[in-house]
Amino acid sequence: MIERSRKWIFPSLEGQKRREAFQGYLFLLPWIIGFIVFLLIPLGMAAYSAFTRWVLIDPPPRWIGLENFRAMFTKDKFFWWSLGITLKFMVMTLIPFMILGLALSLLLNQKLRGMNFFRTMLYVPAVVSGVAVTLLFMNLLHPEFGAINIFLRSLGVADPPNWINSPDWALPAVAFMGLWGIGGGAIIYLAGLQNIPPHLYEAAEIDGANSWQKFWKVTLPLLSPTIFFVLITGIIGSFQVFTPAYILGGVTRFGPGSKYLRFYLLHIYIKGFQQGRLGYASALAWILFFISAIVVFIIYKQTERFVYYEEEGKGSS
Amino acid sequence: MSQSQSIKNIEPSAPSPIKIRFWRRKSVRKTVHAVFVYSLLIGIGILIMMPLSWMLTAALRGRGEPVYTLPVSWFPTESFHWENFWTILTNENYPLWRPALNTLMLVVLNIAGVLISNTLVAYAFARLDFPHKEFLFKLVILSMLMPGVVLFIPSFLLFNILGWYGTYLPLWVGAFFGNSFYIFITRQYMRSFPKDLDDAARIDGASRFGIYWRIILPLSKPVMTLMAVFTFMDTWNEFTGPLIYLNDPSKFTLSIALNYFRQSMFSGKEPTTNLVMAAALLSVLPMLILYFFAQDELIGGIASVGLKG
Repeated sequence: MIERSRKWIFPSLEGQKRREAFQGYLFLLPWIIGFIVFLLIPLGMAAYSAFTRWVLIDPPPRWIGLENFRAMFTKDKFFWWSLGITLKFMVMTLIPFMILGLALSLLLNQKLRGMNFFRTMLYVPAVVSGVAVTLLFMNLLHPEFGAINIFLRSLGVADPPNWINSPDWALPAVAFMGLWGIGGGAIIYLAGLQNIPPHLYEAAEIDGANSWQKFWKVTLPLLSPTIFFVLITGIIGSFQVFTPAYILGGVTRFGPGSKYLRFYLLHIYIKGFQQGRLGYASALAWILFFISAIVVFIIYKQTERFVYYEEEGKGSS
Repeated sequence: MSQSQSIKNIEPSAPSPIKIRFWRRKSVRKTVHAVFVYSLLIGIGILIMMPLSWMLTAALRGRGEPVYTLPVSWFPTESFHWENFWTILTNENYPLWRPALNTLMLVVLNIAGVLISNTLVAYAFARLDFPHKEFLFKLVILSMLMPGVVLFIPSFLLFNILGWYGTYLPLWVGAFFGNSFYIFITRQYMRSFPKDLDDAARIDGASRFGIYWRIILPLSKPVMTLMAVFTFMDTWNEFTGPLIYLNDPSKFTLSIALNYFRQSMFSGKEPTTNLVMAAALLSVLPMLILYFFAQDELIGGIASVGLKG
């Protein structure tokens, strides 16, 4: 019985080969099912629902063509707004944090004692949950009593920012939290730095290169795959800021909070789950997908020639 | 291109003897350099630890005691109300032991699912031969690039149709069906063992499942540890999934319970900041402990992840 079905599935193979192929697919089965059920079907539903009026409390979904996309550009006053907030945040944090993370990893890469201790300590913020950290910074950034403003006042800043309640300082407040977690990025660079073969530096020294030249001519080119990786994941990540926006923005089950923290993903959440307009939210998600795909593609094309890959045997840890 | 060329031209050679002549000057420079590096790192380290220290200070405040003080108290010096942590876990209104247990249950289910499904699939990709293998593996890579945000809404639609809304099912079932990133790293790892292992075992009459179970799995412990640690952290910290799918406060996981606890009424009034901070601290404690025990696996794992970019 089993033999016959094997023969039916893989008619071109014989004996052992056929057995192996059949068993191979048995091992793959969890992924194949998962791929269909949790990826292909939702993707199909995403494509379909974007063109429907799909409201949870008012089924069934109704085909409305491009109406969702039209409404987005004409009626939804928060569409451009939240896109703007997201992009502003990206501009504010992406490159500065990459530079700071790299600088920190260079510090950690010095051949001195006790570096493991500092590495452990600096990575701590990256392992603690977004919610707990957000609640913590909510207190630290309290306009009147928060430690950060008390510190600023003691420095002589008479009128420290209102942080999350202020149109200009809400985003820097979120960025501030990101800055605290800078060690997370530094660890990735550090891994890249430690894979640079030491003999390259020795050779550069013999050729009379100073530290600055070694950094530009050896470190940066060899680190470029890591930098590229951090850049791409950073872009994708900053399109998907959610937890701090949700908590600091003060969204409850009853209504949205501060509009200064309405990041794009939060906007999707509010439309989809608070207002129950799932078809519309799905259309919003596609726009985000295409924007991030285009941005990543452009970055990829622009940086391709700067990224240096070793031809063989990428050393791994 | 020119940059990479210039690197290849640099050939390694023996250290030159000139170095010794500058020995004295070099040692001075080394000291200055070390002082500079250490003071910067200590400064940054203090800045990073201060918020956590403030959190502990606030969490240890007693009832009615001010949390915000002037000057700011960065270290717990006067009040040590350790019973706050007990209050958080066992109070009558919204005890957090329950969300903590819920989260732990999800962590266990997810780790089990991730370890079982991804090793099975990776074993086939790494060590078996079958038609369309290359194509299927390309699909794995491709689905790794799929950003979660597009699936945010449709997954909800799907789970809603299946009647899974309000249950834990959306939060763990997926783990049993493979994750493309984990399949990728596990397959890379399993490929590194010599092929003779399988052949020898087959001659001894082992089945394919026997080879997977008795030979490949024990050898794959490092990558399995890494997946378990990653899964632990992801599940423990996961916020959006529970936020979307769970509607009953008694089923909440720790991350949303924390937010709910902050917003909810606590013994008739708003929960006080000291208790919120105690709850937040309690919720990150398991992560900190896990991190200190598994940091080599974790950081080593991040290293290999970073390199794959």
